[in-house]
Amino acid sequence: MKVTFWGTRGSLASPGTDTARYGGNTSCVSVQGDEGTLIVLDAGTGIRTLGQSLPLTLKRVHILLTHLHMDHIQGLPFFAPLRRSGVEIHIWGPASTTLGLDARLQKYLSPPLFPVSVRELAADLHFHELPSSAMEIGEFRVNAQLIIHPNPTIGYRIQSQKATVTYLPDHEPALGGRTFGTDNSWTSGYRLAEGTDLLIHDSQYTEDEYRNRLGFGHSSIHHAFQFAKLCEVKHFAPFHHDPTHNDDTLDNMFEHTIRNIQPSYKVTPSREGLAIDVTH
Amino acid sequence: MSQQEIEVILSRHLAECLAMPIFIVNPDGDLIFYNEPAEAILGQSYTETGTMPAREWATIFNPMDGEGKSIAPEDLPLVIALSKRHPAHKLFWILGRDGVTREIEVTAFPLIGQADRFLGALAIFWENPK
Repeated sequence: MKVTFWGTRGSLASPGTDTARYGGNTSCVSVQGDEGTLIVLDAGTGIRTLGQSLPLTLKRVHILLTHLHMDHIQGLPFFAPLRRSGVEIHIWGPASTTLGLDARLQKYLSPPLFPVSVRELAADLHFHELPSSAMEIGEFRVNAQLIIHPNPTIGYRIQSQKATVTYLPDHEPALGGRTFGTDNSWTSGYRLAEGTDLLIHDSQYTEDEYRNRLGFGHSSIHHAFQFAKLCEVKHFAPFHHDPTHNDDTLDNMFEHTIRNIQPSYKVTPSREGLAIDVTH
Repeated sequence: MSQQEIEVILSRHLAECLAMPIFIVNPDGDLIFYNEPAEAILGQSYTETGTMPAREWATIFNPMDGEGKSIAPEDLPLVIALSKRHPAHKLFWILGRDGVTREIEVTAFPLIGQADRFLGALAIFWENPK
């Protein structure tokens, strides 16, 4: 399967000359299967560019939302296939005890926040609430589970015959208590990330920043590497870069952490435009 | 061992931060966690015992009513929360492993996760002053 990063930034889009290498768009990753199934992970501002790159012959796409914070849905109405009739679009996202997924998205996709409502979109829309048991999406088997992040947030494990990708863009497993890093049965997200071929995981903060942002729902870069080690992943892509971190800051964070930790797994910091062919 | 559900992980984290004795059981009734204040009541630590089956923890305290009669496991608040899936509260006496009899009150409630998933139950113990 081919994994492409269209937006790697967390919290707020941060375009500019000093963020050009890692990119300024918010969370969006596509997963393309060998048989053509297209899954889009989150609909941050990066989804606009993805939409432009897709062929007009596209018939079906699955958008898997981890949660409904703005940096993960802001690009949704700018996803070109939504405006095309004849395109089947399945939107998957976390369940709520109050409103359905469509009604919660409608809060953003309606005036005064946005001029076009969900009803006015031409595509054939289907909404699905998660987590449920494992589901089949085209050639993929997908597992969704709640993970530690404010408001219901889910992580995904996407499995094909040849490889597995785990996507946990907003995740603070260290908030789970004193056992973090040592006891996998008490670690949020472990089941999704165990032995995965590619882990895409929140690494938003430096250690100093994390101390002042405990409970915000994001990981320090050190915790993210610890989580990758605990889960025995094969390849780790740090993700959800803080909007205040420019390219040089991110370079320093990753170089410093890799030098200190010397991980046994491969590390490729995520950046806009990066494409990875994932295999076992 | 498989990973606990996220609501259970966060319940444990809350228990670790609180000074009240707290017990967490899974849907099968196994005691999967108790915090440090609860260790004082049980007289043993979680790291020593690990998970404890229901038949063990339901009798370990020797729960008694005001007349000194044993209370059946099915009448304990945590067992009621688990079996009937509704909250329960009770005042009773226990004989701790340290040989001390304590008057305690217990509030227990079921843990219901998103999408109505039944995840077990949680009990908070209050020791009444003598």
